[in-house]
Amino acid sequence: MNINATLIGQSIAFAFFVWFTMKYVWPQLNAAIEDRQKKIADGLEASERAAKDLELAQAKATEQLKDAKAQASEIIEQAKKRENQMIDEAADKARDEAAKIIAQAQAETEAEKNRVKEELRKQVAVLAVAGAEKIIERSIDASAHADILDKLVEEL
Amino acid sequence: MAANGEVTVQSYIQHHLTNASVCSTENGIGFVKECANAGFWTWHIDTLVWSILLGFVFILSFRSVAKKATTGVPGKFQCFVEMIVEFVGQSVRDTFHGKNPLIAPLALTIFVWVLLMNIMDIIPIDWLPMLAGQVGAAFGHDPHDVYMKVVPTTDLNLTLALALGVFMLMIYYSIKIKGIGGFLKELYAHPFNTPWLYWFNFILETIALLAKPLSLALRLFGNLYAAELIFILIAGLIGLWQLPAHFIWAAFHILVIPLQAFIFMMLTIVYLSLAHEDH
Repeated sequence: MNINATLIGQSIAFAFFVWFTMKYVWPQLNAAIEDRQKKIADGLEASERAAKDLELAQAKATEQLKDAKAQASEIIEQAKKRENQMIDEAADKARDEAAKIIAQAQAETEAEKNRVKEELRKQVAVLAVAGAEKIIERSIDASAHADILDKLVEEL
Repeated sequence: MAANGEVTVQSYIQHHLTNASVCSTENGIGFVKECANAGFWTWHIDTLVWSILLGFVFILSFRSVAKKATTGVPGKFQCFVEMIVEFVGQSVRDTFHGKNPLIAPLALTIFVWVLLMNIMDIIPIDWLPMLAGQVGAAFGHDPHDVYMKVVPTTDLNLTLALALGVFMLMIYYSIKIKGIGGFLKELYAHPFNTPWLYWFNFILETIALLAKPLSLALRLFGNLYAAELIFILIAGLIGLWQLPAHFIWAAFHILVIPLQAFIFMMLTIVYLSLAHEDH
C-alpha cells in the first residue's frame, strides 16, 4: 500500500470526469429539472386559479339564482296586485256604466212620460174643445170665446 | 474460500490485499513482484481500470439521460438520475452559497463515482479475482500470481487523488476570491490576531489546512479498506460460518457505502464553501 504513479492517473481521470459532468451532464439535467419544476408550479397555480374561479362562479350563480327568485316573487306579487286593481277598476267601471244606463233610461222614461202627458193634454183639450164645439156649436163663437177656451186648455 | 490446499490463510489475505501493479524494469514491463522496489513509477492497473470503467459507467449513463432529458413526464431511469441530481443539487444549495458552476457537477461526480466504486465491495470478494486468475491462467500465468483488487476506493492512491483534486480547488478558489494576500492572511492572522503570535497561527492553520485533504482521503480509504479486510477475514478464517457472517457484514456495509460517498461529497462542498467565504 504505497503511494505511486496511480495517483497521477487517478487525478487525470478525476479531472476528466468532473469536466465531462460539468460540461455535458449537469447543465442539461438541471435545466430539465428546473423546467419541469416550473411547469409543475405553473400547472398547480393554474389549477388553483381554476378552483378559485369555479368557487367564484358558483357563488355568483347562487347569488343570481337568489336574485332571480326574489325578482320572480316580486313580479308575481306585482301581477297579483295589478290583477286585483284591474278587477276593482272593472267593477267600478261596470257600476258606473250601470248607473249611467239606469239614469239615462230614467231620463228617457221621464221625457217620454212628459211628452205623452203633453200629448194627452193637448188631445184632451182638443177633444174637450171638439166636444164643447159639438155641444155648443151654434151658440158659441170660437173666436169670441177663445180666451175662455185657452184658459180651459191651460187648466188641463 | 481458499482456491486450493496450498493457499494458507495468510497468503490468501495477502493475495487479496495486493494490487495488480505494473512498472517498467530493466527487462521491460514488470508485474507485481518485480515492482516491489520500483518506487513511485508503479501503476495499479486494477485500481485504474476499475475506477475509470466505473467513471465511464457514471458519465455515459448520466449523459444518455441528459441528452434526451424531457421536461415532460420522465422515464424511470431519468427519474432515478434526476433524483440523484436533485439530491446533490439540494445539498450544494444548502451548504454552498456562492455562485460557482463547478461545485455542483464536482459534487455529483464525487458522489456517484465514489458510490459506484464503494459498491464494488458488495460483489463477493473472490468472484472477480478468481475470474482474473482464470483469465491469467488461460494466458499461461500462475493464477496465484494474478492479482486483482476490485474496490478502487481501498487504494489510497485513488482517495488521495480525489482529495488532492479537491485541495487544489480549495487553494485555487481561496486565492481567486480573497487574493493571495487574503489567503495568506487567513493562514497567519487566525485565530490570534496579534503580530507576535503570527508564527503560531501559521503553524496551526497550515496543519488545519493540510489536515483537510488528508482526512478526506484517509476517511474514505480507511472505511473501505477496513470493510474489505473484514470481508477477507470472514472469508479466510471462519469456514462455513462465513455464509451468515458475510450476509450480516454486507448488510451493515450497505449503510457505510453511501454514507462514505455522501460524507466525501459533503465535505468537499463544505471545504469549497469555506474557500469562497471572504472574512
